[in-house]
Amino acid sequence: MNITVDEMEKMTGAMSSAELASERHSRTTVGDFTAADPRMTCRNVDVWYGSKQAINGVSLDIGKNEVVSMIGPSGCGKSTFLRCLNRMNDTIDGCRVTGSIQLDGQEIYDKSLDPVPLRAQVGMVFQKPNPFPKSIYENVAYGPRIHGLTNSKAELDELVESSLEKAGLWKEVKDRLDQPGTGLSGGQQQRLCIARTIAVSPEVILMDEPCSALDPIATAIIEELIDELRANYSIAIVTHSMQQAARVSQRTAYFHLGDLIEVGETNQIFTNPQHRLTEDYITGRFG
Amino acid sequence: MYAWTLIVVLLMVMALAYHLGRKRAIASAGGVTQINTLHSLPSYYGLYAAIWAGLPALLLMGLWFGFQDQIVTSLVTANLPAEMLDGQSSGRVGLILNDIKNLATGNIVSATVTPEVQAAADQYARLARIANWAMWLAVLAVAVGGMAYAWLRTEPQMRARNRVESIFKFIMITFSSIAILTTLGIVLSVVFESFRFFQMISPLEFFLGTNWSPQIALRADQVGASGAFGAIPLFTGTLMVSLIAMLVAVPIGLMSAIYLAEYAPRNVRSIAKPVIEVLAGIPTVVYGFFAALTVAPLIRDLGALAGLNVASESALAAGLVMGIMIIPFVSSLSDDVINAVPQSMRDGSYALGATQSETIRRVIIPAALPGIVGGILLAVSRAIGETMIVVMAAGLSANLTANPLDSVTTVTVQIVTLLTGDQEFDSAKTLAAFALGLTLFLVTLVLNVIALSIVRKYREQYE
Ligand SMILES: Nc1ncnc2c1ncn2[C@@H]1O[C@H](COP(=O)(O)OP(=O)(O)O)[C@@H](O)[C@H]1O
Ligand SMILES: [Mg+2]
Repeated sequence: MNITVDEMEKMTGAMSSAELASERHSRTTVGDFTAADPRMTCRNVDVWYGSKQAINGVSLDIGKNEVVSMIGPSGCGKSTFLRCLNRMNDTIDGCRVTGSIQLDGQEIYDKSLDPVPLRAQVGMVFQKPNPFPKSIYENVAYGPRIHGLTNSKAELDELVESSLEKAGLWKEVKDRLDQPGTGLSGGQQQRLCIARTIAVSPEVILMDEPCSALDPIATAIIEELIDELRANYSIAIVTHSMQQAARVSQRTAYFHLGDLIEVGETNQIFTNPQHRLTEDYITGRFG
Repeated sequence: MYAWTLIVVLLMVMALAYHLGRKRAIASAGGVTQINTLHSLPSYYGLYAAIWAGLPALLLMGLWFGFQDQIVTSLVTANLPAEMLDGQSSGRVGLILNDIKNLATGNIVSATVTPEVQAAADQYARLARIANWAMWLAVLAVAVGGMAYAWLRTEPQMRARNRVESIFKFIMITFSSIAILTTLGIVLSVVFESFRFFQMISPLEFFLGTNWSPQIALRADQVGASGAFGAIPLFTGTLMVSLIAMLVAVPIGLMSAIYLAEYAPRNVRSIAKPVIEVLAGIPTVVYGFFAALTVAPLIRDLGALAGLNVASESALAAGLVMGIMIIPFVSSLSDDVINAVPQSMRDGSYALGATQSETIRRVIIPAALPGIVGGILLAVSRAIGETMIVVMAAGLSANLTANPLDSVTTVTVQIVTLLTGDQEFDSAKTLAAFALGLTLFLVTLVLNVIALSIVRKYREQYE
């Protein structure tokens, strides 16, 4: 039921481009986009790729100890928005971000702020598991080593063990820490990537469709893990599976063509959406 | 009637055959509406007919060209007056025949034209004209015959597509076997000649001896064991020049590859990459005189300033210039493997808060290392086999030395010097070139096999 960007544009094609532009700017988010105890706050975030606007005035909070899921048809800008939160968009040529994004009250796009330590505070897990071609141990030790988080080999061993433990992988790999991380199964690789992220003790973890390359059993294990991680971290997860959003998240944000259409309690979004577009998407009319 | 006219005519016959074959196929199926009763698409029947019309005729034409001149010449020779050929060496006879041919085709003739030669030339021209006409007739007859054969065979059940496919396959196999057989032939002849060399000089002396002076063996009464064929100085010389070259090429090539792949903005990359690759396009002879006329004197003068005694043909000069020549090999191969490291590796590293240089050092280089090593090995085998630069810039004297400021000689230089000038083809001196060539070939072959298997393994890793 995927709808391409082109098709989306065809659907809106009846409007003239001027109307479309005014439409886009007049659109406001339905529901309450703030969190009671916010860790990250985003206000009026716009993102451009060159001259093409991919995100259009999005405001959204990510609270402490909560999982926020972002859903919407492909190409609507979920990944783009997620990558703003740890400034991964900086690595893309021609990508420009405006608006305000704060982590614990600190503006992350501030000129004086170094994106390098920021990315240790806001970790990221990708769609396709991407362990480094190194041993399992070295994969987890990578972050702590470059940030100098430990003072001795023993401390590092301990950190690697506790990170793998938190990612629910320790039991499976404790006897083969020196083997390549790329030799693990897809689900294990993804948990290794989560362990690698946890090892630098982030406050926020961003996940971009972390289960889309995994089988249902591996997916269930990761979903359980996400629920456990909520105790210590704030999590923003992009998913194309509405069931997954319903299972793991407390709040859900629905994106459409670069706009944030509706935010709310996950329960409410899935049982009683307020906006017609959200309803159409939830009920599977497109997306 | 030129040969190319015949080829054009043949092509026209083929086009006609294609057209007719296609039409006949459609007709035999019972019209355009019934095409699906044909085994293959109509165009395959056309191709089938065209191949039958063209291929045998072309083969015949090739054979004809191969033998016509020989046959005509022998006919003409048989008719020459006996006293013209009596007591003449085969070389003289060749010259006379050459004159006849030149006269027949209206070229300049070396000797004065006697009536006999004039008569022979007339005969030659007449025979050649007849042969030419006969070829036209025969080739066109075969072409038309082939077309007719294809025409008769065309029916809906004929598996035209499969036949055309197998003919194409056969043509491809023929061409690739030409390449393979040629390589095999070269290797075999080198092996055979080396074998003859090792019958005169023991392999032990060749591979372990430290004295190389093959010139002595020139004297007819001293063939073989009396020449000194210890190749160690050549091997060490080759090794030293290659090592200096790699010391230049690897750091520069690798760094520029990393810069281009990871740091350079797109517009810089689009200019710098081709410019570096231009280095690979400079003819090696240009590098050679650059080394001999510019770099070597420069090094000698600098050495003199520092109070060092530098040979005017130093290993250093040849090695430095060869290194510059090899830079693009190292850089473009490394650039390829660095680019082949998936973007997701970089993303993973950046997302953990690594800087660009940390990412390059700790993730990208280790991931690309096998490929980089493979590229370097390929460059080494290129350096070992490089000839022109060392011929011009390294010396001829086979010094066994570890001093890069001395003059050394290399395997390739010695091959060149052994074979230039008037040589007897069965003296140890000449055959030594084959032994050296075989050694060189084996070493570069092994290096290439290792390098390619490393590169391939590395490629598989990310598929
Ligand atoms: N690197 C990029 N350069 C240019 N345009 C991009 C880039 N990445 C994404 N886009 C565009 O931005 C829009 C949003 O993409 P994305 O954030 O990947 O959507 P989603 O993750 O919701 O499928 C799409 O129209 C896409 O074509
Ligand atoms: Mg996406």
